[in-house]
Amino acid sequence: MISRHLQCSAQAAIPTRTHVLETSEQQASTHQRPISVIRKIRESLISRERTAVEITEGYLAKLQEREPHIRSFLHISAEKALLDAEEIDKLLSEGGGGELGLLAGVPLGVKDNLCTRDMPSTGGSQILKGYCPPYDATAVCKLREAGAVLVGKTNMDEFGMGSSTESSAYQVTSNPWDLSRVPGGSSGGSAAAVAAGQCAGALGSDTGGSIRQPASFCGIVGLKPSYGRVSRFGLMAYASSLDVVGCLGASVLDTAILLQVIAGHDKNDSTSSLEEVPDYAAQLLPVEGLSSKPLAGVKFGLIKETMDEEGVEEDVASAVKAAALHLQELGASVTEVSLPMFSLGLPAYYVLAPSEASSNLARYDGVRFGPRAHGEEVMSMFGNSRAEGFGPEVKRRILMGTYALSAGYYDAFYKRSQQVRTLIQRDFKAALQDVDVLLSPVAPSAAYKIGEKLDNPLSMYLGDLMTVNVNLAGLPSLVVPCGIAEGGTCGLPVGLQMIGPTFGEEALLRLGHIFEQTLPMNFNAPLLTS
Amino acid sequence: MQTVMMCQALESPNPHPCNLLTCALYCDLSSASHSLFLKESQSSSSVVADNGLEYEAVIGIETHVQLGTATKAFCSCPSQYGAEPNAHVCPVCMGLPGALPVLNDKVVEYGVKLALALHSEIALTSKFDRKQYFYPDLPKGYQISQYDVPIASKGFIDVDLPVEFGGGHRCFGITRVHMEEDAGKLVHAGGERLSGSSSSQVDLNRAGVPLLEVVSEPEMRTGLEAAEYAAELQRLVRYLGISNGNMQEGSMRCDVNVSVRPKGRPQFGTKVEIKNMNSFSAMQRAIDFEIDRQVTLENEGLGHQIKQETRLWEEGSQRTISMRSKEGLADYRYFPEPDLPEVTLTQDYVDATQAMLPELPNAKRRRYESLGLSMQDVLVLANDSDVAAFFDEVIGKGTDVKQAANWIMGDLSAWLKNEKLAITETKLTPAALAELIDLIKDGTISGKIGKEILPELLQNGVSAREAIEAKGLSQISDAAVIESMVDAIIAENPKQVAAYRGGKTKLQGFFVGQVMKVSGGRVNPALLNKILLSKLNC
Ligand SMILES: [Zn+2]
Repeated sequence: MISRHLQCSAQAAIPTRTHVLETSEQQASTHQRPISVIRKIRESLISRERTAVEITEGYLAKLQEREPHIRSFLHISAEKALLDAEEIDKLLSEGGGGELGLLAGVPLGVKDNLCTRDMPSTGGSQILKGYCPPYDATAVCKLREAGAVLVGKTNMDEFGMGSSTESSAYQVTSNPWDLSRVPGGSSGGSAAAVAAGQCAGALGSDTGGSIRQPASFCGIVGLKPSYGRVSRFGLMAYASSLDVVGCLGASVLDTAILLQVIAGHDKNDSTSSLEEVPDYAAQLLPVEGLSSKPLAGVKFGLIKETMDEEGVEEDVASAVKAAALHLQELGASVTEVSLPMFSLGLPAYYVLAPSEASSNLARYDGVRFGPRAHGEEVMSMFGNSRAEGFGPEVKRRILMGTYALSAGYYDAFYKRSQQVRTLIQRDFKAALQDVDVLLSPVAPSAAYKIGEKLDNPLSMYLGDLMTVNVNLAGLPSLVVPCGIAEGGTCGLPVGLQMIGPTFGEEALLRLGHIFEQTLPMNFNAPLLTS
Repeated sequence: MQTVMMCQALESPNPHPCNLLTCALYCDLSSASHSLFLKESQSSSSVVADNGLEYEAVIGIETHVQLGTATKAFCSCPSQYGAEPNAHVCPVCMGLPGALPVLNDKVVEYGVKLALALHSEIALTSKFDRKQYFYPDLPKGYQISQYDVPIASKGFIDVDLPVEFGGGHRCFGITRVHMEEDAGKLVHAGGERLSGSSSSQVDLNRAGVPLLEVVSEPEMRTGLEAAEYAAELQRLVRYLGISNGNMQEGSMRCDVNVSVRPKGRPQFGTKVEIKNMNSFSAMQRAIDFEIDRQVTLENEGLGHQIKQETRLWEEGSQRTISMRSKEGLADYRYFPEPDLPEVTLTQDYVDATQAMLPELPNAKRRRYESLGLSMQDVLVLANDSDVAAFFDEVIGKGTDVKQAANWIMGDLSAWLKNEKLAITETKLTPAALAELIDLIKDGTISGKIGKEILPELLQNGVSAREAIEAKGLSQISDAAVIESMVDAIIAENPKQVAAYRGGKTKLQGFFVGQVMKVSGGRVNPALLNKILLSKLNC
């Protein structure tokens, strides 16, 4: 079906685990620093090197060419994207360059659980097949206001429930590094699209790792902002107290610019914060101007519990340790930090998230939108619509959540899990008083094979171990590629998770940028040639 | 987790302070009272069954008050009643994917006002919860409500019973007040209810309209007490201006729980919920019917047939009929609403709201009583806040209290009733009525003339003095003028004068009539009699 002539491009060789620093010295000359795709587009627009239409056409061509192999998009909006690009060109030709939005002419993908008024929004679910919302999500609205060109809606696990994008009701997305592997999830479509160069960046959402784990699997940068940093209005709720809209990009600077645009208070979301939005990109300077120890004085803490786990694959642990060494090279201190309650997070998450999900998904009843199944009376119409509309993973979580909230079980499950959540928040708070940033792997492994975990939900859930606690605590977390594990033809990327205090995105981005710019490795997905 | 029905689960755990204090003051009010709506009543609070056991009813009421805010509870759609179906909807109140609720501050303000008026303890921190169930009129599959931490609890309400039914003062405990949103409405084709109809349509105009649910302690014993409780609650929300309290439109809906037990037994009997009463009178009749039904079953040894169920009041047949069993109690799977932060209030805000409350019905009634008005007058005047405000303004001019009450409850209210107008819709100002009463009192006009010119004041907004002058209606109190009139009449009627002087003193009325005739009824009657008698008897 798909021709898989993969070509390893100017990849870094898989670093030998124990000799990272030597490798870095050897490769310093061949290393290309990750560039900000978004900034590059802006520069070429302003210099009139290329028009917005040309840029969009370029991306659309790549998107169409690679889509049969990757299948990252549920909807492609080529026509509208070109119209939007024309508008940007018109603005430029009228000399309105000064009014150019931060994302003017930047082709972006949007996860399908974010409502868009001009594109269908299904959340990856059959139950919303063909549904076109009458409004834009606030984050989408802000992208448009900043001049972004939205090229389409990206594939995802149904309503964000899954870690491989295999739970999509529509299609399985492939990892651009190895088409036989999953891109991660639930924002797998967004991550794969960015890694495959189908768009310049993308929005995702993260309830338990749904931006970070696919970013790690696809070798790109993923940013899960603090809870409340970005409005959730227009994001189809999975677990309201955990859901965050965030961004995926080819570089830290790209995610910083995207966050700059979507962050801020929204009167339509009472849980969005009034905290001022800093200029995230301002401190992300070219590394040439930095001292040889740009991270001197910065304290990192490697979360012990995420490295000790038997489930963490050696390749992943090595990549993270190598990253820690690199940070030390840059002058930072890295110590091991223990979060005693860490292992309780996963079970608490798998009570709280399904509980909220069971409630949030009650509105999909076939009455007001989406396909309606036949029923002899109204309750069987509800039942049939939901039975036909939801996939197995969503049903599983609705059942778990309904059970956990039922009379007689509430205290043992929901209430107890909330108590655990409080303990985990305290653990993080205490740890982040001793160190500036916590480090951990993103997932126990690199990208696995399509179908490998589909029949074993529990092993799929275990994969969320290192990410869910961050959502329980509402903290920001940045994932930056840090190493290559064995697998595929050219190796598989491994990400480093950097966790900061609430609303500490600015520092995370600054540190992540320095890390990324100085790490002597490239993370370009093998390009497809058909 | 408990279920939502908590009202009759336990004997009231909190004896509210009013029982001792207020009741001691007001319990033996015995003056005649007035009822605007009650036709018949069961005045005794217990029923003696044929088996000799004396039964008493235990009644608790859950009232939903639809708030008169301009917009809905969690979105900016208008919350007015009576628009085209689905004209007032948006992604939020339609429960579209991705939409989020944002609390309307007015709902909190109104909640605090009612809570204060009910003497409740206000929770400075309360929260919203989701009450989950599937129904086509519930867009999100859950109702945003307050479960274990409501905005207010432990209050009470003072009620004065109509005296024709025994009168007296009652004070009923309020368990809690909480904020929530209303559901939409279903319109059924081919049947009265969802089940059995051939098709149904959903109108979401009402979805998300704010409600306050007021739960009473199970302390009422008769249909009358329950109806008067509801009437007082309606009065409160109208005085506060937070709801129109209209039962026909469903702006105020009462679900009543009724059970019976042998008097003296502490445990409650099996409670039955009654719905579908759209007037206080219907409430009273429905409850009294239900008490009779339950006592009759007990009396016949069929007490076990009283099932925990919901019964509907049928206005046509004047009885309650079974709607659905409540035996398998619904599990609403309440949990804290993650889309809304906690509702936090400051004591300063609560105090400021308290300071802004208007004089409330009970305080008004106590004040009117202290003015010397009869209980009947008190109840009528204080029933409507606009009427009470009008009355207060009239007596604020120093006008005679009893006269002011008589005019408002008599000619004025008769005219309003006839014209189908509210007191706020006339051109009569309180000052004009006060002037009218004063002009009668000082003899400028007679009471009869006063009644005649009242419509002029009501329709055209003229002052009493203007009306009198325009029509030349002021009373003749000049002794010399009256004397000349009397002299003329005496001169014209020599026969009658002779007969009078011969002992037919009843003819005095004839002479008065003659003088009134020539004067157009304007002569001061007292002065006329005095002058007439002095002339006839000389
Ligand atoms: Zn609305």
